[in-house]
Amino acid sequence: MKSAYTWGGILVIVFASVVGDILLARAMKQVGDVHALLCRAGVWTVVARILSNSNFFLGVGAMAVAFFSLLFALSWGDVSLVAPAAASLTFIGNAFAARIFLHEKVDRRRWIAAVLVAAGVALLAG
Amino acid sequence: MLSHGMKQAGNISLHHLQGVILAVLNPWVAVGIVLLLAFFASYMNALSWADLTYVLPATSLGYVLLALVAKFALHEEVSPLRWLGIALISGGVGFVAGGPALTSHEHKPPPSREEREKDGAPTEEVVSGGVQR
Repeated sequence: MKSAYTWGGILVIVFASVVGDILLARAMKQVGDVHALLCRAGVWTVVARILSNSNFFLGVGAMAVAFFSLLFALSWGDVSLVAPAAASLTFIGNAFAARIFLHEKVDRRRWIAAVLVAAGVALLAG
Repeated sequence: MLSHGMKQAGNISLHHLQGVILAVLNPWVAVGIVLLLAFFASYMNALSWADLTYVLPATSLGYVLLALVAKFALHEEVSPLRWLGIALISGGVGFVAGGPALTSHEHKPPPSREEREKDGAPTEEVVSGGVQR
């Protein structure tokens, strides 16, 4: 039963992290190239553009949900399972979600990178 | 730094939440928070000009750096399995870095004169830039 709670927690972390990353990435694409904008219009314009983007706040909210889910999951399961499983599944989930929602071209090179990094993170954090 | 500072700050109970505010005054915790904010700002900046599937593997180099700091600065034991993890992450980042940074199909038109004016850019620059003419 405890294991079901732990894996449920891990899935919530992964889902919230992926949603957060996708929303933040979309928000920053809508804002535009920060460096170019900074040179052109100054720092306050960049800050105002980011803070007026609803996707940014939704993304930060999703990240906060992921963080608190991590705390809950850590109270149910071992850190050596929760941390690597959540981190590596987030990499794989992000590759799928970026392809579907951000229309990124996730070619073979990027799939291999996602799988290698996910495996590496699982080994390092485990 | 956050971990070091919070260990110095001691245990914080739910009944004494003012301990959290005092913990922020700890220099280690304060520097840790500033560095986290710097990470977030850099991450946002990178996402503004590169794909998520390009930026994310690159941020995982932080795990590698952490393991190397643990080995060479803190003299912790790094097991062969963890060295394999470092090799896999480095290989993955190398793979993704060899490709293009931005692949999404959204090709936005250059900003209009009204948009530029809203951004606060001087209008003379727009006129003299030759882009709009």
